[in-house]
Amino acid sequence: MTYAIEISDLKKRYDGGFEALKGIDLKVEKGDFFALLGPNGAGKSTTIGILCSLVNKTSGRVSIFGADIDDDFAKAKKYLGVVPQEFNFNVFESVFNVVVTQAGFYGISKSVAEQRAEKYLKQLGLWDKKDVQSRMLSGGMKRRLMIARALIHEPEVLILDEPTAGVDIELRRSMWEFIKALNEQGTTIILTTHYLEEAEQLCRNIAIINSGEIVENTSVKALLKTLNQETFILDLDKSVAQDWRVPGYAIEVVNDATTIEVEVIKGRPLNVVFKALDEDGINVLSMRNKSNRLEELFVKLIKG
Amino acid sequence: MKNSEIFIAFYTILRREIRRFMRIWPQTLLPPAITMSLYFAIFGHFIGSRIGEMDGFSYMQYIVPGLIMMSVITNSYSNVSSSFFSAKFQHSIQELLVSPTPNWVILLGYVLGGVARGLFVGLIVTVLSLFFTHLTLHNVFLTVIVVLLTAIMFSLGGFVNAIYARSFDDVSIVPTFILTPLTYLGGVFYSIHLLPEFWQNLSLLNPVLYMVNAFRFGILGVSDINVYWALVIVCVFIVVLFSFGLHLLNKGRGIRN
Repeated sequence: MTYAIEISDLKKRYDGGFEALKGIDLKVEKGDFFALLGPNGAGKSTTIGILCSLVNKTSGRVSIFGADIDDDFAKAKKYLGVVPQEFNFNVFESVFNVVVTQAGFYGISKSVAEQRAEKYLKQLGLWDKKDVQSRMLSGGMKRRLMIARALIHEPEVLILDEPTAGVDIELRRSMWEFIKALNEQGTTIILTTHYLEEAEQLCRNIAIINSGEIVENTSVKALLKTLNQETFILDLDKSVAQDWRVPGYAIEVVNDATTIEVEVIKGRPLNVVFKALDEDGINVLSMRNKSNRLEELFVKLIKG
Repeated sequence: MKNSEIFIAFYTILRREIRRFMRIWPQTLLPPAITMSLYFAIFGHFIGSRIGEMDGFSYMQYIVPGLIMMSVITNSYSNVSSSFFSAKFQHSIQELLVSPTPNWVILLGYVLGGVARGLFVGLIVTVLSLFFTHLTLHNVFLTVIVVLLTAIMFSLGGFVNAIYARSFDDVSIVPTFILTPLTYLGGVFYSIHLLPEFWQNLSLLNPVLYMVNAFRFGILGVSDINVYWALVIVCVFIVVLFSFGLHLLNKGRGIRN
């Protein structure tokens, strides 16, 4: 089977001696929506940097749709589109020129490049800004420009490194709709993000990297199944006593005692807590998860 | 990449480089025009009229080829060094690094961008010089070859400088402390035969001397050195600098972690 991305025994040691990657193995299937997660300094950006030739690897093999990045670099690079974390376009060029120039670097003729630029700038809501110097764009527009630029050669794999960092909620949602549609059309998506609810909602498979090693690589569904406890926050209409407890449940009274946090082990009913509150004449006004489910697992895996 | 795709990638880099220096013409084209006009007026006209002839030509005619060459050298070098360093500085060089464009095409594109600016400024200075004196061409072929090779050589030098540069100061150090003294002492304003023997021999170690004199030979037909040596020296420098620049790109020096 040919994978979209296949990484084997990838190592990276920086000049100062820091070992950013300690021999990772990773496979991303064609058409996947894949999340690469990890805390800052875990090795995510190094991995992505090696995939798109911005970081020299120390050893190991990387191939994109079967094309080795060392032996068949031109083919491998054509398969790949990258939306980096930092803005990295020429800020003095117009929006249209940024996109068309990038197409030229892939050997795409000017006429085809201009048609595609129009298509993607329109899809991303930037067409009316096409003649504006790119430095004049807002942060969200700059991110969308980098997506348009990454798509100009119509890559099979799109890597998005923290694409929604600093982007407002409305724009984030529209960006994800766009990326989901791309994935449905067959583009393999690889995503790094700090917003774990995004990864939970969007991605099918996930790898968690920590200290240069892959600590988990599975489907999001399988990972969530391993979660054996959740914490719920209950907002109450009256205060409870600071030592209010229900046997068998870890309960913490917070704020002005009108909120409680209940830690529930998987399979145990919450009804017991509701019943105890009801007996005390207290109504539950609202209930929510303390943290995203994936976030709880992530923290657990990172802490080891 | 297919050859047609490689050509498109090369042409894209070259077109972007030309667009860049044309867009910022008050920084790139206007200053050499003003500076050289002042040189022509002050050194050529006012002071030159008191100096008299040099190698059978008026002083103005004598310094024009050197000043044209000085403009070509400075502008070829600084175009590549500042453009490539800016691309490094704002990370837009990554646009090229993630693409399938081969490194030799990246190098060629930037270098010919520098050559384009060097020749364009050289043309402006030549046209301006015609307001002060008349020029005849002794050897058109040699003139064109020398100016072209010199522009290529200094563009390559600018590229190597930009690769190593870590700040804008590093980009200006070489032109200020190496290039300008070599150019001024490279026979732009005088024949080295006017110097004592020791300084004549020392001047022969200056590569700019060969280029200025070869260019002057192409225009006026006079030179302090054998012009064929000049061509050999420039070609050797080009081969060495191109190989070195390509090696640095392949290694990712200063641009890849």
